[in-house]
Amino acid sequence: MYVAVKGGEKAIENAHAWLAEERRGSTDIAELSIAQIREQLSLAVNRVMAEGSLYDPNLVALAIKQARGDLIEAIFLIRAYRTTLPRFGYSNPVETGQMTCDRRISATFKDAPGGQVLGPTFDYTHRLLDFKLAAEGEVPDAPEGQPRTEPTPHITEFLQGEDIIQDEPVSDAIPGDLTREPMEFPAGRPLRLQSLTRGDEGFVLGMAYSTQRGYARNHAFVGELRIGKVAIEMDIPELGFAIEIGEVELTECETVNQFTGSKTEPPQFTRGYGLVFGQSERKSIAMALVDRALRWKELGEDNLGAPAQDEEFVLSHADNIQATGFLEHIKLPHYVDFQSELELVRKLRREAEERITQKEAAE
Amino acid sequence: MSEYNFAYLDEQTKRMIRRAILKGLAVPGYQVPFASREMPMPYGWGTGGVQVSAATLTPEDTFKVIDQGADDTTNAVSIRKFFENTAGVETTEETEKATVIQTRHRIPEAKLSEDQILVYQVPIPEPLRFLEPRETETRKMHSLEEYGLMHVKLYEDISQHGAISTSYAYPVKVSDRYVMEPSPIPKFDNPKLEMDAIQLFGAGREQRIYAVPPHTKVVSLDFEDYPFEATKADHPCDLCGAEDSYLDEVIMDDAGNRMFVCSDTDYCRSRCTAGHVGRLAEEGAA
Repeated sequence: MYVAVKGGEKAIENAHAWLAEERRGSTDIAELSIAQIREQLSLAVNRVMAEGSLYDPNLVALAIKQARGDLIEAIFLIRAYRTTLPRFGYSNPVETGQMTCDRRISATFKDAPGGQVLGPTFDYTHRLLDFKLAAEGEVPDAPEGQPRTEPTPHITEFLQGEDIIQDEPVSDAIPGDLTREPMEFPAGRPLRLQSLTRGDEGFVLGMAYSTQRGYARNHAFVGELRIGKVAIEMDIPELGFAIEIGEVELTECETVNQFTGSKTEPPQFTRGYGLVFGQSERKSIAMALVDRALRWKELGEDNLGAPAQDEEFVLSHADNIQATGFLEHIKLPHYVDFQSELELVRKLRREAEERITQKEAAE
Repeated sequence: MSEYNFAYLDEQTKRMIRRAILKGLAVPGYQVPFASREMPMPYGWGTGGVQVSAATLTPEDTFKVIDQGADDTTNAVSIRKFFENTAGVETTEETEKATVIQTRHRIPEAKLSEDQILVYQVPIPEPLRFLEPRETETRKMHSLEEYGLMHVKLYEDISQHGAISTSYAYPVKVSDRYVMEPSPIPKFDNPKLEMDAIQLFGAGREQRIYAVPPHTKVVSLDFEDYPFEATKADHPCDLCGAEDSYLDEVIMDDAGNRMFVCSDTDYCRSRCTAGHVGRLAEEGAA
């Protein structure tokens, strides 16, 4: 007979205990250390830092371990932790022109001051499984070169000199902060870029890909892609000047896009911009394409009704923590609502059947 | 969990939420944007309600959490535990003893008093959302009090089905001004929205807070010839015999036999304790 469903508390405790056991896996196998994850799964760490909006490789490695490698779950852990951190202040804008580049390529010029530096890229690897790795062999040292000590100029600066690329409006206005203010539309570019840089990589990639396939095509060249470390500086009121408080690794992408001109703008090249924590180049290129697509209004282009042009659509659905939470909440009990639906459908069916019977009787 | 502030959120954040709550109370039914924080539980699982509760609770409060009317559903247990750990407040399953009640999908059967606050978890705060997906548009519609689309929807229901085919999340108009989403409560609960207690609605993912102050007029939308009707399963509770409470239908065996029990577990328990007996009470009481 009916036994009231009690004991949710015990069930939750047991589920957590089992989860902890599953996370560890077989105890015959050595446990992963945080340092191993940080050093050997660094691109996963980068993604979680970018979408978690927190630059801390050690904490993120811990989150990945705790999340059993589920990166969205790890991002969630980092976001929830991030909320509890006090906000001391804001750093000065980073100078990516001063970046110590590990990688810097341009698809628009064969060569440029600073050169083409491939860096540690998968690009020209043949995607063949390397069975030597399964045998845990030692990696031979990579040859070393002389690092460049002077700053590497941005490629788009060379185009700017010719006035052939659109100028970005200069502004000292303090941009909004989407983690401190509720999002309102139209959001404006600073908030769009904030949203995209922490947006789900898969979502931003899909949106960018859709522009390449003709949904608001804005034919993009990778003007420049650079990865490296930049210094973070912050004004300290007590000192009266800025000091360096650390450095972060960033990936920056500037696209150069064809633009035939509009009613308000002469024909010239336009740009999209992507800036992401860590080595996250797929994400930063995708971000730049979507950024460019979202700029249609500012450039006087037509709204083609493409998803990637729709700021409210893109920004409302880019966050994987919001998306996954709401998606998965349908696992929660809904039996009260379902009950009222049951009764309604039964009632409507009853009435429909009565109508049919009456009709048949009349005929 | 002493490393966290009382009720988890820092005081600045709580102040920001309280401002939104006060604005919501001042403009009943209006959705106030607020800078929702990421909470340590997923969006869609009550983060809005949790933030409103966190900003509302004081150390002297007694807290109750229900989901589907029940105190022992897993997410209710989880949220209650969260505040036991982070706020150290007293918790209860008894509706009368609670000063703050967080709920998902139900309004308790017992009449709430002026000393109580009911906090709703809201997934989609916008009653017009499924008629118009754009926030920019729906905000405009609210500001112009342009609710024709909603009436057309209800009218189309009647013309197609012979009845308004909305059984939960049934839209209401608050204080003759704003059309409001009563969170997905069954329409059976709609008449209770006019009450003595303060009602606060928190939507975390959607970054909205709204409120219904005590003794505020709340009208379920309808037509003169198709008046609103609060419905429930046409049975008494099989455990406590109540005829006035919202019921869950429970499948008991492979033959499809069913029983009906109060969704409000505290209401059912208190009636059973008071000696009320339903059809299957003997077996169920064990």
